[in-house]
Amino acid sequence: MSHILLRHREIPDLHKFNVYKKNGGFSAFKKAVTKMSPSQVTDEVKNSGLRGRGGAGFPTGLKWSFIDKNIWPHYVVANADESEPGTFKDRELMEMNPFQFLEGLAIASYAVGANVAYVYLRGEFWQIAEAMDKQIAEMEEAGILGDKLFGTDYSLRIYTHVGAGAYICGEETALLESLEGKRGQPRNRPPFPAVAGLFGKPTVINNVETFANVPMILANGADWYKSIGTPDAAGVKIYSLSGRVRKPGNYELPFGSTFRQLIYEHGGGVQDSRPVKAIMPAGASSSLIVANDKVLDTPIDYAAVRTMGADLGSASVIVLDDTVDLKWVISKTLKFFKHESCGKCTPCREGTFWMNNISKRMQNGNGVKNEDVDLLLNVAKQIQGKCLCALGEFSTMAVVTGIERFPEEFNRA
Amino acid sequence: MSLQQKYPKEIKQILSKYPPEYKRSAVMPLLHLVQKDEGFVSKESMQEIAGLLGITETEVGSVVGFYTLYQEKKAGKYRMQICTDLPCALRGADEFFNQVCEHLNVKDGETTQDGLVTVEHVMCLAACDRAPMFQEQGPDGIKYHEYMTIDRVNEWLQSLKQVETGEKR
Repeated sequence: MSHILLRHREIPDLHKFNVYKKNGGFSAFKKAVTKMSPSQVTDEVKNSGLRGRGGAGFPTGLKWSFIDKNIWPHYVVANADESEPGTFKDRELMEMNPFQFLEGLAIASYAVGANVAYVYLRGEFWQIAEAMDKQIAEMEEAGILGDKLFGTDYSLRIYTHVGAGAYICGEETALLESLEGKRGQPRNRPPFPAVAGLFGKPTVINNVETFANVPMILANGADWYKSIGTPDAAGVKIYSLSGRVRKPGNYELPFGSTFRQLIYEHGGGVQDSRPVKAIMPAGASSSLIVANDKVLDTPIDYAAVRTMGADLGSASVIVLDDTVDLKWVISKTLKFFKHESCGKCTPCREGTFWMNNISKRMQNGNGVKNEDVDLLLNVAKQIQGKCLCALGEFSTMAVVTGIERFPEEFNRA
Repeated sequence: MSLQQKYPKEIKQILSKYPPEYKRSAVMPLLHLVQKDEGFVSKESMQEIAGLLGITETEVGSVVGFYTLYQEKKAGKYRMQICTDLPCALRGADEFFNQVCEHLNVKDGETTQDGLVTVEHVMCLAACDRAPMFQEQGPDGIKYHEYMTIDRVNEWLQSLKQVETGEKR
């Protein structure tokens, strides 16, 4: 099957305006603005079954329909903060097929009645942001962005905004704070962004990959999109495959593909032909899944991964083989979360600090002490369910599931 | 020279992105301008940005302190920021980091004697499939260097040194 999102793999130079346009580009946006009402666009996306690709998997059309129509103006924000260890899919989309993403963002903006949209890119994507500014200018020149588009009354401007190195800004309310020029610390909810988001106004925030799906759905119809994937999850997903595989990279597969297909058919198998010990399907935030045959051969969608005791998240699949020490793995994830905790909620700020300390102690060669394992679990359980956002929760996943599912690695067998 | 004297066009362009009543949003892009220009963010620049946006210096400082790409202290002209997070480490990033430190005779966070390069470890940069890798932060902004080996680091260092001698002449 040819790609729906990573179309640049079949179409050379798709990142160029004329090439994208020649391959049907911007016709979906034009169709939306000239032939469809905003609610028709939202309904089409709703009917397609598209779910958010940033991690939570929330139904996209439903999210758009929540926007408060009594308060104006509305904003749309693209979350291009891609910072989860193991995730690098939005980067490829924005580098190689940027116009499809921008067109999707434009369609979403029309659907919710926004005249201004922002792309929040992580600071490290400096070069992508520079290129995107030029791409936006090209769209303006061609009359695809700007005032009174396609002879209608609809106007739209898109602006890039570059972050500066903070994982937490991938969390949507922290992202909004950052976009408002503040420290990227999550907000209390409610109110949700659909009611009070950017500058206190109703705002829709979606991931880059989510937007990239939208032009294809409008061009080919909701039924076409729904025919791909599983009843739980329609369409395709880009898996960022990393870790101990021979061919790490992004692979676009329909939902319902298996980890075995991903790792062996696409990823070329495991380095040195070792067996897979554990899979982290959602990057560093992930629970550790024991990689048995049943897990490897189960068709993957959001619900299926949940039955494995994990979440699919943004599908950043980190593969761990039998040579990898899981105590070392959690020392890496804890170091990350300790660094990235924004400090707002005490359980997360203190908990990640102390879990990191304990984990370092385990790594120091003095051996794993039983009381340290107990203490780790104790601290982790005190973080869970007690923080404003998911970061605290995420920091505990590998720790708790590592100890519970691989007790022998923590002297618990 | 003040920021406004140096970058009038850039500042105007940055401010045009946000509603006038929410110009505080411009604090991050303005700080990027300073970071790129100075190699860090000086107190004077923070004061100027505060004045430009009608916020306090403390508010600007709180943003500088929060985000890792703004630095409050001068370091080498180029910062070599090596990702050693889990996916990169599974592909040899820790070993690469140690090799680089040994090769340049520095420890984490230190600068080479000629003041050219500061080596730091950083968190995930969304390049997990191309590890080992590092990010260059310096006068040319931010660039990625991927599929790294010590030989390729040397080539990069040579190119930096050529730019340096070119500038001095």
